[in-house]
Parts: sequence; structure tokens; C-alpha cells
Amino acid sequence: MAKHATPKLDQLESGPWPSFVSDIKQEAAYRAANPKGLDYQIPVDCPEDLLGVLELSYNEGETHWKHGGIVGVFGYGGGVIGRYCDQPEQFPGVAHFHTVRVNQPAAKYYHTDYLRQLCDLWDLRGSGLTNMHGSTGDIVLLGTQTPQLEELFFELTHKMNTDLGGSGSNLRTPEACLGMSRCEYACYDTQACCYALTMEYQDELHRPAFPYKFKFKFDGCPNGCVASIARSDFSVIGTWKDDIKIDQAAVKAYVGGELKPNAGAHAGRDWGKFDIVAEVVERCPSKCISWNGSALSIKTSECVRCMHCINTMPRALRIGDERGASILVGAKAPVLDGAQMGSLLVPFVEATDPFDEIKEVIEKIWDWWMEEGKNRERLGETIKRLSFQKLLEVTEIAPQAQHVQEPRSNPYIFFKEEEVPGGWDRDITEYRKRHQR
Amino acid sequence: MEEAKNKVVEFLQSKAGSKSKFYFNDFLDLFPDKGPRDVKKILTALVNAEVLEYWSSGSTTMYGLKGAGKQAGAEGE
Repeated sequence: MAKHATPKLDQLESGPWPSFVSDIKQEAAYRAANPKGLDYQIPVDCPEDLLGVLELSYNEGETHWKHGGIVGVFGYGGGVIGRYCDQPEQFPGVAHFHTVRVNQPAAKYYHTDYLRQLCDLWDLRGSGLTNMHGSTGDIVLLGTQTPQLEELFFELTHKMNTDLGGSGSNLRTPEACLGMSRCEYACYDTQACCYALTMEYQDELHRPAFPYKFKFKFDGCPNGCVASIARSDFSVIGTWKDDIKIDQAAVKAYVGGELKPNAGAHAGRDWGKFDIVAEVVERCPSKCISWNGSALSIKTSECVRCMHCINTMPRALRIGDERGASILVGAKAPVLDGAQMGSLLVPFVEATDPFDEIKEVIEKIWDWWMEEGKNRERLGETIKRLSFQKLLEVTEIAPQAQHVQEPRSNPYIFFKEEEVPGGWDRDITEYRKRHQR
Repeated sequence: MEEAKNKVVEFLQSKAGSKSKFYFNDFLDLFPDKGPRDVKKILTALVNAEVLEYWSSGSTTMYGLKGAGKQAGAEGE
């Protein structure tokens, strides 16, 4: 018999998808049975109280969570997010229900033994409920009480060699795609880069000093498996400079049907025979591919690295050999201003260990943003407010063609008088005689 | 360093009547000659000495004198 009647939540379980309600009920039953005989450090019935408080919110149409507080582990300004329930008598199990963010391993490679240790620790010192993983990529441990935090932190850092992640006005836990470990498209070692930068910027990760959050993400190629271009203030995306390598015999094999396009991904229905013109040539956003019936050619200067042709015919087309990464800045989800995608700042860096060129750009950006950024303003909003040109100035990057979206209608970069040989002379009153305001 | 720490504490005490939590940027104005990284070092030292404490909403972090303003005790602890 459940502790609280939850008819509204029960209804959620009837849908076609796996339900978080079923998961919480399962954990509640497991904690009640306690097969391992654990000496639970927080109330046994906290998953049931969690369901109870949610049902109450559904009934009343308002939340019973209070937001924020002075919780954390000593010396850290992030990693723990205080959550308190405003109905502690009714739901004592979730009176405090703090969230702990834990830095995930690079590209989320786990050893099962590690996962068991983590779950055992969280069963003992927390609610047993986890979120694998939060949007930023961390392991999210949901629900514990203040006295457990230091204990948990000690166990994580000393026995499991794992650190807390970032929260608050910090550098957030950096995230990388699985990169060279499994993917032939990786243009640089994303995991190495993610690790190097995480270690370099420990202070920024744990001690808040930014106007708001700041996120790094590392994609090995423009497919963008961690979607860095859409959700990180500083995204490093793998790219290459030279030609896409073409194996003409394999192209013919795709056309002839010996090789399955998209590695057989679209095989569930009758899609018909592979049509290279319709599915590859005409899909090219910059129209740089041509197929003459026996050979495929790509005009590299026009290619925008969209990856479509490579994804469709991975056996025939390969990324080029002159590899590195592009750096884009300013992406964010909507809070103050609307959602924004990243803007290209550095068209190409080599991106090799120790990643000094990348660190240099980051530090220049931080110095500027920490000084000029308003409270709760993301980098993208600072750029919008003070101009991209200002960002180029502070990062000491010369404006170049790749920074300009539409050169003829929107020059985007304005020249200053001292940048133009000979400067310019303009008498504004003389000009206004001929041109009204 | 000691002088800088006192400056921070004095600033916070002078505001104690009206405000108890401050953004990091609020402290930059106290030290126009220092860069943000130096200011962070001062604040971190004060937090480690338990003179200041962090307050975090989860998305934003603020600083205040330890014990000032509405405390966790008032929030159901």
C-alpha cells in the first residue's frame, strides 16, 4: 500500500512511454524491502513523499519546492543545489531534497563496477533516485539532506576518484562526444581536450566568479553529437581544411546497391533504390557536389562541412586529412534574451595537446565577459549588446570572411578610421546638406 | 590582501540593512584597479575563512556575510 494516494500520477503510467512515476515507485518498493540491509541515512520513504508532493502540486496547480540556499561542500561554490519542500510536516522524507551534480567521465564511458559503487553510495546516503544524465551531461543525484553532503563528497573524491560538477555562476561541467574512441569522423581528440580543459579550469568549475553560467562543449565533427553549437557558450567543433576523400569505386557500389546508404539506417520501409542525385547531390546545401554518372566530384572551396554526403555514403567519402576545429561562441537557451546559436569566432585551430591556442581564446573571452557582462547575462547576450566586433577586438582576432554571413547585404564588420590606409576625411555638415537624417 | 578583505567586509556591513546577497560583479566595483581573477581570490579566501558564504539558486551564485539575511534555518531545516 503506497503511503500517499496518487491517482493523477498513476494515470501518467498508462501512456505508451516508460514513466518516471513507475521508476520512483520501483525505487520506493526497493527501499522498503531493503534487500541489502542498508542503514539508510535519509528517510526510507523519501521516494513516496516525492510522489506525494508531486500529486499535491498537480491537485493545487502550484509547486511546493523552494529554490536555492546555502548548501554545498566546503571550499566549493557549486555542485550541490539546495532544494527544500514547503510542506515538511506532510512530506518529511523530502523536507530537504538537495540535488548533487557529479562530473561524468569523458564521453560517459562507465565501468559497471563504478556504476554499482555509485548506486550503492546513493542508496545509502541519498534517495536512490538518479538522473542519468542532466542536460549539461553530469550525473545528477536527486535528493539528499545537508548532513550527507560532506560524507558523500568524501566518498566520491577519495574512493571513486570522481569530482562534483559545476552549478551556479561557474564554468559548468565540460562535455565531449565520444570522439576518436569510436568515431571515424572525429577531427580532433575531443575527450583529451575536454579533460585538459576540465583540469586546467578547476578553479572556475568550483568557485563562482562569473556573471552567470558558462559552458564548454566539444564536438568531434560537424554532426555535433553533443549539440555544442546550440547550447554552449564556447563550442569547439571538429573540421578539416582539405578535400573530402572520395573512393570512386565505393561511390559506384552505393549507386549499384552493393552498399547500403546511411549504413542501412533507412531500411525499414520501401524507400526505393538509392538515388545519388536526389539523396546526395541535390541535398548539398552549397551545391558543391556533382555526379556525372560515373564519378563524384566535390568543390572543396564551396563545401560548408554539413556532413550530409559523408553520413549518407560513409564507405565512399571520408573527412579530409588536414584536421582541427572551429570555435563558436555565444549559444544559449532562452532566459533573458531568446535562444541563440553559436557564432563562428575562430575558423580553424589545430586542437592538439596541450590545447594552448584554445585556452588562450577562452581566457581572453573570460577577462572581457567577467568585466563587462551584466549579472545573469550569458556570453551570447554580452556579444549581442556590445557587438561581435568588440569580441574580435578583445580576443585579438582579425575580422575575416568567415565571420561575415552575407557580405553584400550585411557587412557586419565596420572599419575604423585608423584601420584604413590614409584614414578618411568627412565633413558631416557638408554630408547632411545632401543627405537628410 | 588583508586590506582588500576588510574592504569587502566593510562594504557588506554597510549594506547590511538593505541587502544580504550580492553578485560577483558587485565586488568588481570596489576594486577598479584589480582584475576579476584577483577579486575572485579575495572572495575565495574569505569564503574559506568562513567570513563569507555562497548562496546558490542552482543557476546563479551570490555572496553574503556568513549568517546574514534569510538562512537555511528559516527555510525548513
